[in-house]
Amino acid sequence: MLPIIFVIPVVQLLVLAFAVTFEIKNINLVIVDQDHSVASRQLVSKFAAPTFYHIKAYSDSYTEAEEQLKTGKAHQILIIPNNFEQDLQKESKASVQLITNAIDGSAAAIMNAYGNSIIMDYNQDILVDLSGGMDIKPPIDIRYSYWFNPELDYKTYMVPGILVLLVTIIGMFLSSMNVVREKEMGTIEQINVSPVKKYQFVIGKLLPFWFIALFELGFGLTLARIVFDIPILGSLWLIFGVASVYLLATLGIGLLISTLVNTQQQAMFLAWFFAVVFIMMSGLFTPVDSMPEWAQDINIINPIAYFIRIIRMIMLKGSQFQDILKPFAAIAIYAVCALTLAVWRYRKVAS
Amino acid sequence: MPANISINASNITKRYGDKTALDDISFDVAKGELFGFIGPDGAGKTTLFRLITSLLIPDKGSLTVEGLDTVKDYIKLRKILGYMPGRFSLYQDLTVEENLKFFAGIFKTTPEANYELVKDIYSQIEPFKNRKAGKLSGGMKQKLALSCALIHKPEVLVLDEPTTGVDAVSRIEFWEMLGRLRRSGITIVVSTPYMDEASRCDRVALIQNGKIMSIDTPDSIQNNYSRGLWAVKSDDTYRLLTDLRQFKSTRTAFPFGEHIHLSLKDELIKPAEIVSYLESTGHSNIHISKIEPTIEDCFMEMMGAESNMSATSQK
Repeated sequence: MLPIIFVIPVVQLLVLAFAVTFEIKNINLVIVDQDHSVASRQLVSKFAAPTFYHIKAYSDSYTEAEEQLKTGKAHQILIIPNNFEQDLQKESKASVQLITNAIDGSAAAIMNAYGNSIIMDYNQDILVDLSGGMDIKPPIDIRYSYWFNPELDYKTYMVPGILVLLVTIIGMFLSSMNVVREKEMGTIEQINVSPVKKYQFVIGKLLPFWFIALFELGFGLTLARIVFDIPILGSLWLIFGVASVYLLATLGIGLLISTLVNTQQQAMFLAWFFAVVFIMMSGLFTPVDSMPEWAQDINIINPIAYFIRIIRMIMLKGSQFQDILKPFAAIAIYAVCALTLAVWRYRKVAS
Repeated sequence: MPANISINASNITKRYGDKTALDDISFDVAKGELFGFIGPDGAGKTTLFRLITSLLIPDKGSLTVEGLDTVKDYIKLRKILGYMPGRFSLYQDLTVEENLKFFAGIFKTTPEANYELVKDIYSQIEPFKNRKAGKLSGGMKQKLALSCALIHKPEVLVLDEPTTGVDAVSRIEFWEMLGRLRRSGITIVVSTPYMDEASRCDRVALIQNGKIMSIDTPDSIQNNYSRGLWAVKSDDTYRLLTDLRQFKSTRTAFPFGEHIHLSLKDELIKPAEIVSYLESTGHSNIHISKIEPTIEDCFMEMMGAESNMSATSQK
């Protein structure tokens, strides 16, 4: 078991950090060019330039292109209608159609944005052409600057969150399985008739996992720094300080689960249920701010959400203790409640 | 309470939902006594033991062990109690030695401090002290469990079916160990479904359907058996049992190995009459002889009487 405890986090960090990405590469595009003009070829060449677009096929028939989309061979179709160039020159406006496979909603949004920006770019060129070489600038010049993650590197964003998952899984799953195992084996009966006190038993059960999880956090942070080059702007001590309190909360939940159930199977089921809900709502994959109001309210009882917020603040922003005071207080209250409830629920007398 | 009483139970009732596991049970166990509870599976033995060890709280009645109430004084009680649950419940992934150290440790003592007490038992498994407890044979597991239950020098030892699932030789050995422990002054309460083990106890309580049917010494239980008892044997033991149960004068007929132990409604019936009945139903090689009742006969008799009683009251 011990080797597994140490191998799993490495695998998790390496696989998830590289695999979970919001960037879209290799968009398969089918072009239906019905115009075959200079203008249409210029637009097509704009799409051919970026590396993330892969022009899968040129086609004259829309139905053929649609077939490609339906069979999943293409992600996007660009349709340039007849008289595209003519319309542009005579009426100074023309339309193109961009069809995106929206099976995966978030990917579709990104592909659409890519396509749009290329067409906008083309638009700009035409304006310059039409005005006879004069560089027309839009009245408002927008420049972007992304703070705390200037290159919008998804790894910088993901890895701190994955570290949180890592310690959560150890805290919640291992502790919930452990006490139930004693129930299944019958060893708890032998312990229960001994003079061992409740709190002594609970400390004995929690401390090993607390140490293992903190060790793994340190291990994960080292990997994050060395392999992924994630900045750690804030204080390491602060991260560990918060983590040690956070772990008390998750260990408490794990222990509480194990006092409620009788078999490891039931414990596994409950722990999974909570873990999946908490992880999905934690803001690891989708920002909490874009969730509906009620979902954000549910996050009040989501320890993972608090800790992900804190660890991102400390690592990427260099937040100090006073900056994270509120979420930290929430975690601390959580830890006290979960542990108290668990100790109270754990009975040395069978029912 | 008399000074020589170790365990006192008065009017204990324990229910699980609407099922009554123990119904108004009272008994005393004297200090230094080896006290046995005999009864079939589901009689309520384990429930009773979990009450004695303070793992359960009785619905009614009170229970004291060495003058300590199992509900109020459970913290003190657990220090002087040694409990061996029916299921092997030591840490399978710890070695023999580690288990012993661990259980000594949670009672704040060491294996060395009380080694004298367990030496007799532990020395038999000491050659395997580096073996994982899960890898021990059934008999050795029992010895280890007993060592662990004894290592903190308890005043009262509670053993729930210690010989269930243990081979015949180990069972005899185990009872010999209990006999030696008793001589060292520990009060021992033990339960077993095997009636033949009852004769090794100082006193025996027969428990059935949550009620204690009798408490007595094995000798007087045997002496109280007032009826004549016959051992009958023929070539077809199974058919012999059914035929004997249909015999008009049969009171009880129970199989004991290859013999059927038979008691009669009418003590005056001659063996020849039984033989001629059996011959008429086609049995051959019929042997019949008068025997002294064993303790098992006595228990079967008492349990049979109870089930007959409940059968008539239902009608």
